[in-house]
Amino acid sequence: MKVLLSGNEAVARGAYEAGCNIATAYPGTPSTEILENLRKYKDIYVEWATNEKVAFEVAVGASFAGARTLVAMKHVGLNVAADPLFTVSYEGVNGGFVVITADDPGMWSSQNEQDNRWYALMAKIPMLEPSDSQEAKDLIKLGFDISEEFDTPLLFRMTTRICHSSTPVTLEDKINHPIKGYVPNVSKFLCLPSNARRWHPIVENRLLKLQAYNEQLNKNLMEINDTSIGIITSGISYQYAKEVFPDASFLKLSMTYPLPIKLIKEFAGKVKKIYVIEENDPFLENNIKILGIQVTGKDKIPICGELTQAVLKKSFDISTPKPTELTVKIPERPPVLCPGCPHRGAFYTINKLKLHAMGDIGCYTLGAFPPLNALETCVCMGASISNAYGIERASTPEDKTKLVAVIGDSTFFHTGVPALINLVYNNGCTTVLILDNLITAMTGHQQHPGTGKTAREEPARKVSIEELVKGCGVKRVFIVDPYNLDELKTILKREVAIPEPSVIIARRDCVLRIKPQFAMKVNNETCTGCKLCVNLGCPALTFKDNKAYIDHILCTGCGLCQQVCVKKSISQEPKC
Amino acid sequence: MKETSVLICGVGGQGILLASDLLGKVAIEAGLDAKKSEVHGMAQRGGAVVSIVRFGEKIYSPIIGENEADFILSFEILETLRQIKFLKKSGICIVNNYELPPFSVSTGIDKYPENIPEEIKKHSKEMFLINGLELAREIGNSKTVNVILLGALAKRLSFPKECWIKTIKEHFPPKIIDINLKAFELGYNS
Repeated sequence: MKVLLSGNEAVARGAYEAGCNIATAYPGTPSTEILENLRKYKDIYVEWATNEKVAFEVAVGASFAGARTLVAMKHVGLNVAADPLFTVSYEGVNGGFVVITADDPGMWSSQNEQDNRWYALMAKIPMLEPSDSQEAKDLIKLGFDISEEFDTPLLFRMTTRICHSSTPVTLEDKINHPIKGYVPNVSKFLCLPSNARRWHPIVENRLLKLQAYNEQLNKNLMEINDTSIGIITSGISYQYAKEVFPDASFLKLSMTYPLPIKLIKEFAGKVKKIYVIEENDPFLENNIKILGIQVTGKDKIPICGELTQAVLKKSFDISTPKPTELTVKIPERPPVLCPGCPHRGAFYTINKLKLHAMGDIGCYTLGAFPPLNALETCVCMGASISNAYGIERASTPEDKTKLVAVIGDSTFFHTGVPALINLVYNNGCTTVLILDNLITAMTGHQQHPGTGKTAREEPARKVSIEELVKGCGVKRVFIVDPYNLDELKTILKREVAIPEPSVIIARRDCVLRIKPQFAMKVNNETCTGCKLCVNLGCPALTFKDNKAYIDHILCTGCGLCQQVCVKKSISQEPKC
Repeated sequence: MKETSVLICGVGGQGILLASDLLGKVAIEAGLDAKKSEVHGMAQRGGAVVSIVRFGEKIYSPIIGENEADFILSFEILETLRQIKFLKKSGICIVNNYELPPFSVSTGIDKYPENIPEEIKKHSKEMFLINGLELAREIGNSKTVNVILLGALAKRLSFPKECWIKTIKEHFPPKIIDINLKAFELGYNS
């Protein structure tokens, strides 16, 4: 029987069927649902780690102890985990170890479009790329076997369209792989130069063996049809290429590093003209060109942005029907902070105080958009604090008193802590505003060290942000309710001016996790249409017939609009 | 069977992903190949949301290009226009008659376009306007708009009605099966 599974669900299912024992992750779109779905399988231990590096190292430890382990992260997460990745490539594994990177071509929910296939090449480890959910499930199982057979971590490369597309999958039974148990093996698991010098040639030799293995792998698919065009492709690009060139010959690779050189040469001998069709970087193309095989790829197909069948058609000048032309202008609908989002008050206050705020990764990055316009930089997870402090170092004494770093709770645990310690240690004075909504919100409400719950929502020890911050040496620590604009403004204004580090924790539950009891309403008699409330950027608040209007269904009764209304025209009513 | 592509669109939080889930399951239930594509994360925070469901004997790409959708099922009237370029000239639009002004409109920067149904009609073979919220309130649950709209789509697709009913029964928790079956019927007969 077939079921429709997303790529992420299929990966989880595949790991279960492969007898995976332990799985770790840090949430990040498009990878988050892998661990969430692994929770369905009670005999797999799952955990949300504080960041990808930690998740990776926990998984490595479990593998050293003979457990089949999986670690999942989004593409930029692998940058965080890159340090252990490169060394574990030398050390090898004990239990099968699969590293999942979920890349985001098109940047649907990411800050860059990096192509993580290069990591396989650089770390000298095998890589598998599924092109649909069935393959995601099958290849994950194969991935554990390859990892064990060749004593190597394995990179499993997904992309947004694989992660979040659902395609039919046939379910199979689980094969048990009991944990072998930890046996010390210093000459294998302790990286010292003397050991690593011995390991490096083994790694190079492993690549040759993996290449020979890939030549015979039945998951690589050669379809010889019309031989005038041969297409070499992998992953989701295969589906787009099949759609556009149904009659062409295909070499679809499932294992894309190290490449099956003989197989590629064999295919090249059978077809006249070869196109390499791949999304983002010319990874396959460059590596095939090195073999001396003439192929065309990025000369025609764009490197930037998501590949689609439409993009392919355009690249190959295949005619498409005339585009639909509209006579009306369609207003944009960008993502916005939710009605009642506790972050709104913080951004409104930052804007009013004309502070320079350095942002971080999470829902709150949306505070950069109008009308809040509250954030000025954003680089990567945890960078707000170090960025703001760096700007402080290069600023005039006057500008130093206007700096604030804005970071969420989960992001603070992720990589904000070392940045805060650095700020304290180096005598900085930047103010840090931790927007604590008591959950990892952007990715869909995952637990973290501050929530007191495990990934399975069972009780866990809770790490207190205020105690942690005090332990880092911050003397001035304040907890405020972000729904209280006056208090927030008073504290923030005072703290940025003080020449020592302070941490303000603006704490309130993510509004999507509470059931609102109230909604606000506007008194049309007294509303003058001044738009002060509209500047909060709340989706529940609109401007109709020159008066403010509050949508009762959308409103959660946070009361910010009531606080900013000078005419006292906004009041609370019970939610119906 | 030639492939059919359905584009479902609306605003984050309207239950679009649930609708596409059900449609995908029905296609599998009917013994077809099916693929469904959607985007999570940043795009869902009140932004424009699109999900695509394709089914037929063999489906390759989970997404579509312009002029490739046979149906648009739209949860918000303006969002229909945003996606209409994906509809074939011979395509059908099923549209929830519901306006949710984007932020630029609510703050008075932009105007919510007028005469949207006329514009939709210009670019489609047929358009059905469904008063989803009104119908949902009729059965006393405003959260069933998505299933009502799905009912309206089901009427125009060729899957046996039993497939839909079976899938709805399997998908929802027991407590809300009846209300959703009612919603489906209401949409189907609208």
